Amino acid sequence: MAEMRYREALNQALAEELERDPNVYLMGQDISVFGGAFKVTEGLMDRFGEKRIRDTPISENTIVGIGVGSAMTGLRPVIELMTINFSLLALDQIINHAAHIRYMFGGQVSVPLVVRMPQGAGHQLGPTHSHSFEALYLHVPGLLVAVPSTAADAKGLLKTAIRDDNPVIFIEHETLYGQRGEVPDDPDFTVPFGLAAIRREGNDVTIIGISRMAQTAERAAEQLAAEHGIEAEVIDPRTLRPLDLDTILESVAKTNRCVIVEEGWPHGGVGANLAALIQEQGFDDLDAPVGRVTGVDAPMPYAKSLEQIAFPHEEQVIDATLALFGDRKRASRG
Amino acid sequence: MADRPLPPPETAIDWLKSMTLIRRFEERAGEQYTRAKVGGFLHLAIGEEATIVGAVAALRPTDYMIATYRSHGQALARGSEPGRVMAELFGRVDGLCRGRGGSMHMFDLERRFMGGFGIVGGNLPLAAGFGLTSDYLGSDDATLCQFGDGASNQGTFGETLNLAALWSLPVVFMVTNNQFGMGTSLERHSAQTDLQVKGEGFGVPGLECDGMDVIDTWAVTAEALRIAREERQPVLVEALNYRFRGHSIADPEDYRSAEEVLEWSKRDPLVTFADRLIAEGVINEAQREAIDLEAIATVDEAVAFADASPEPDPSSLYDDVYVLSDQVRGWYSADHRGAGLQKGEELA
Repeated sequence: MAEMRYREALNQALAEELERDPNVYLMGQDISVFGGAFKVTEGLMDRFGEKRIRDTPISENTIVGIGVGSAMTGLRPVIELMTINFSLLALDQIINHAAHIRYMFGGQVSVPLVVRMPQGAGHQLGPTHSHSFEALYLHVPGLLVAVPSTAADAKGLLKTAIRDDNPVIFIEHETLYGQRGEVPDDPDFTVPFGLAAIRREGNDVTIIGISRMAQTAERAAEQLAAEHGIEAEVIDPRTLRPLDLDTILESVAKTNRCVIVEEGWPHGGVGANLAALIQEQGFDDLDAPVGRVTGVDAPMPYAKSLEQIAFPHEEQVIDATLALFGDRKRASRG
Repeated sequence: MADRPLPPPETAIDWLKSMTLIRRFEERAGEQYTRAKVGGFLHLAIGEEATIVGAVAALRPTDYMIATYRSHGQALARGSEPGRVMAELFGRVDGLCRGRGGSMHMFDLERRFMGGFGIVGGNLPLAAGFGLTSDYLGSDDATLCQFGDGASNQGTFGETLNLAALWSLPVVFMVTNNQFGMGTSLERHSAQTDLQVKGEGFGVPGLECDGMDVIDTWAVTAEALRIAREERQPVLVEALNYRFRGHSIADPEDYRSAEEVLEWSKRDPLVTFADRLIAEGVINEAQREAIDLEAIATVDEAVAFADASPEPDPSSLYDDVYVLSDQVRGWYSADHRGAGLQKGEELA
């Protein structure tokens, strides 16, 4: 094991996969000379050259489309979009093309493409630069969606994404890039898709945290144990497609309560989707409605005081959890 | 029009056969649509046969070809079996795409026909991607990307031409200017109506061909492909043509006059080319008739094949949404109708 930052773990995954497969190449804005807006690709151009580490113009839709075309014809592109906010410019290529080409052409080709991009609020960047869009990409059949929350998962999942034959939306988190974690040294280390991580074991309630919120959920669980005697089981699904629903349902069967925590909006969110699946597949196991903690149903404000209450923190997770145990008073905010 | 010499007789006859097949195929497809054998939209290429056949004739078998939602003709010209193209229109299991794509989404990997695409301008970046693969792997394959005049107003047009020139990709972009973006005429949708110059600012030189003349289309496309292949310089070719039918079958054509259509029909690419072959003694009237009858018979067989082909089995609904891999577990698709069908792994 070596301790490294989340961004370094990603860099290592990219370097190892570039080394392993000559058809893997990277493409994105400012990824070569500049080393990436978040320095994830730092040093890779010196090592692999500009044929394989390609700077692009600011043309998101076409960058993704070129990736799709090259993936259809034998290459394995890894695209960096500077942030998930700009992926909206590429939605046509991501949804109408990357996600559907294999299906609509009857399986004649596949699109082994990875689109990496960070998301998240908390940097006072206002409405256009603070999005969380895992729910948007989860919505689309044909895409796989990974949401790593630790350095080890960042590395292991990215290597799996690059080796997978499907288009993968790989959602990093801006706040996590500088965070350190233990990462296995083994160059063959990968994290399989569709395998949730149980971050903390507990018998009283299941808390599912998505992306950075897996960490928020873990911290909330420690507080719940210390202050309220509630032992929460914290699950990080790690990939939303494929989804390790089995682990979630097994946990809920044990705890009979569930809270889902995500940074994105509530309507049509990941929590809405998981809540539906849990009640469809595990209704008899539930002693309380499935709880959700989400970003507020508004654009992200700039003012720090407003921004900080616009996405979930431990406090909201604790409130929502206690509400499942009948403490309605505590759950009401304000 | 008649400036360029005819190709060798066998080639000329092949082109006439190919154009005739497309014409007869499209006519039958339209007829089958009115009988509700074909669903959705149906965009016919009647009038555009020379642009298709001339362009495809300039390609090597290993070159990539990509087109739009009006793409039955490209598939046929590339050599796809007419029965499989018709079966795709019918939504049958023997269709080129097993009934998943329909009229707008033909695809034949074996012949490097890399698809018809339903989103206007969506195919341009993909073409650059094929070009990038050729470049990356050091092959001398080139890519031909056809799109309509309407697509030249999309953001992908400028973005892709810029990138193709920046990266010296071997791609020929062919804008088939049939004078209308659906029902909006060229001068009402593009400030620059000389479309071949639209690439110049991006470093992509333009050429023009008479898209109603198969020989001119072939010659100009061949030169553009040579430039792309040998000089690693993308080229924009404007093929001027005219579609004789509406944008799709459901098009009352209020935006153009019957006189205009009649005037263009005098330049019917199939008729003018066959007339010229007769005038220059390559074929006689009886041979023209025989070629036509052969095309009609082929299309009859295609319809019979499509009719006999089964509808896709309901159990195939989720096939090919994903490449299912053994390293992956979990649920790829979980829906309320029964997630058990879509599990990513076989449970032991």
